[in-house]
Amino acid sequence: MTKHLAGSQIVCEALLKEGVSVVFGIPGGAILPLYGVLSQYPNLRHILCRHEQGAAHAADGYARSTGTVGVAFATSGPGATNLVTGLATAMMDSVPMVAITGQVGRAAIGTDAFQEADITGATLPVTKHNYLVMRADDLGATIHEAFHIAQTGRPGPVLIDVPKDVFMEMGDYDPDAPIDLPGYNVPGKAEESQVEAAAKLINEAERPVILAGHGVVLSRSFDELKELAEKAQIPVVTTLLGISSFPEDHVLSTGFPGMHGMAYASLTVDQADLIINFGSRFDDRIVGDAKRFSTKSKKIHVDIDPAEINKTIQVEAPVVGNIKDVFAQLIPKVKQTTHAEWLRHVEHLKAEHPSLRIPESDRLMGQHVVKALSDVTKGEAIITTGVGQHQMWAAQHYQFKNANSWLSSGGAGTMGYEVPSAIGAQVGNPDKLVWSICGDGGFQMTMMELATAAENNLPVKYAILNNNHLGMITQWQTFFYDGDYQAETYTRNPDFVKLAEAYGVKGIRVKTQDELEAAIAEANAHDGPVVVDFVIEKVDDLYPMIPVGQSVQEMIEDPN
Amino acid sequence: MADSAPQNGSFQRTISAIVQDKPGVLARIAGLFRRRGFNIASLAVGRSERPGLSRMTFVVEGPDEVVRHVAAQLDRLIDVVEVHDISEQNIVWRELALIKVTADAEARREILELVNIFRVNVIDIGAESLTVEISGGRQKIDSFIELVRKFGLEEVIRTGRVATLRGTLIEGEDDGLFQSEASKATYILPVTTGESGSV
Repeated sequence: MTKHLAGSQIVCEALLKEGVSVVFGIPGGAILPLYGVLSQYPNLRHILCRHEQGAAHAADGYARSTGTVGVAFATSGPGATNLVTGLATAMMDSVPMVAITGQVGRAAIGTDAFQEADITGATLPVTKHNYLVMRADDLGATIHEAFHIAQTGRPGPVLIDVPKDVFMEMGDYDPDAPIDLPGYNVPGKAEESQVEAAAKLINEAERPVILAGHGVVLSRSFDELKELAEKAQIPVVTTLLGISSFPEDHVLSTGFPGMHGMAYASLTVDQADLIINFGSRFDDRIVGDAKRFSTKSKKIHVDIDPAEINKTIQVEAPVVGNIKDVFAQLIPKVKQTTHAEWLRHVEHLKAEHPSLRIPESDRLMGQHVVKALSDVTKGEAIITTGVGQHQMWAAQHYQFKNANSWLSSGGAGTMGYEVPSAIGAQVGNPDKLVWSICGDGGFQMTMMELATAAENNLPVKYAILNNNHLGMITQWQTFFYDGDYQAETYTRNPDFVKLAEAYGVKGIRVKTQDELEAAIAEANAHDGPVVVDFVIEKVDDLYPMIPVGQSVQEMIEDPN
Repeated sequence: MADSAPQNGSFQRTISAIVQDKPGVLARIAGLFRRRGFNIASLAVGRSERPGLSRMTFVVEGPDEVVRHVAAQLDRLIDVVEVHDISEQNIVWRELALIKVTADAEARREILELVNIFRVNVIDIGAESLTVEISGGRQKIDSFIELVRKFGLEEVIRTGRVATLRGTLIEGEDDGLFQSEASKATYILPVTTGESGSV
């Protein structure tokens, strides 16, 4: 049934038809016609952010934590360009998002009009697809196409740029019009021959290891992963973004490998005779030197994106398909076995190379904070992080019990992701406990979103691991620049407790190990956002470490 | 896929794509090559036999493995319906060039001789110049340009390469450009090293 509506109404109706209930955004001149009709659509909740980057990361956090498409609004020009970091973050980590931006009126496009930016041009490399919609008649179909593209196949962000006068133009909207995308195929089941080949390798392997990537999380294949691992008794190593795809208290859980991963995880991958990769892109932080990566193993690579196959690592058995479907095809073909000798060896590696030493120190270390958070929340919180030492400590020392409870900027490595993504996660999961583990550097990149948390009384808990340093930078300068420290210290960090209070947010400061548990419990009990300023030691370095481009042979487990 | 190029060799590859006839498609495709620092040596775009779809044929210069990977990434683009790296397949391909040569009465006779030998067309003639239309493989066009260079090249306008797979019935037929089935491995496109090939 075709409706005749203003462009802005078509946008809202199409969003509602897609099941959208919340959008994150900031208005501006070119997108005001859309905001002008929001009051007609009370089921579309708009959360006003303080910066468009925050809106994008919030939509990303909402999407990752709920498995639905996150939506962000921004105006033309700087509003739209401020989204770019958020889009790039979502693109690198395959997160389903739709961003709708206002654009200057059609007649002004290309004239360097006020607040004009060629945002479809600018976002070509950081979106899965994007659109400039020049007729209100096309808006509805474009939005439905965008949602289809964002959440099917390998998910990703899609941007829709809408000139101001297209929002205001009357157009036809047929909510039931079919989607026609001849160039877009959504892989489902894999070819049977590929699955057979993979099953054969698994059944022949003596030292197999599963490398579970973000694809397992995105396809929600947690039960299937567990079923396969248990059936054939295969240890499970997760990538950084695969964390929380497999319960970490499970006997087959073998940590995460790579640059700052657990030594035993990297060694297991190195010593295996078969790597079964589910939805990881063999990222350079895992692989290091590709020529020396796990040279004794054959490799199976299951991925929904054929362009990932043989990109960095040549594999014996590619399997292209939706991971959930592939598990269903593969599990019946895999023989039940024990791999007893190999599992004993992996247990031995875990015992010999614990590499998750909590420093024995009276002073407060980042590891102490994460360990206490893990204990007090029983590993059941949703955790967000940015990038840096705090991220690695969180990945190493938080013991995740719940599926999909880890939201971290992996591929892009975006500082500041942690603050707004936690807002999105909390909005999407109002009854769950959300802790954002922040570096003092990243926190200051997006801390204005504390106002958003306060305004909406979102009970997000922010743990700042505050060492007045860009800790990872310090570490790299130690290792790779002969200790020539430059621009790594914050000599004038704000008083984060006072800052929180200025935003109307509860602030707590923790300086010693003794105060840890009580402070975390106090934050958990508070019905509203909380900032806990954990003043940690700055001399702390992060281990294990495999230097860039090296292999497990060069791993520095623990210099102490 | 068989690889006829030397290991890690940089080699010209011919890629054929069917794309949606929409604004911005070329920018998306070009962007993927630009990101890897590849030169697009030649490009030809036109409407295809299917309504709403265009065909792009482009020749790119880059390491084989990387070009293949970029081709896979091209296929990922929503507006790209099909993409084939046809470099190692049995293809027939052509380029077109318009060449304006300085030609007084004396030179004209000599040029017309070359025109006959190369079986090309003279499409414009003036008192001081003539313009030739030549189509064929790169080698043929390059040779013709070299031979008329001494008269004075006023303009050389070359199109990108267009290519198609041969029909199966004539596979292996030797037209002087490609070797027969038996020595397929040698049918490297006639490209000389160091030639930029940009048009």
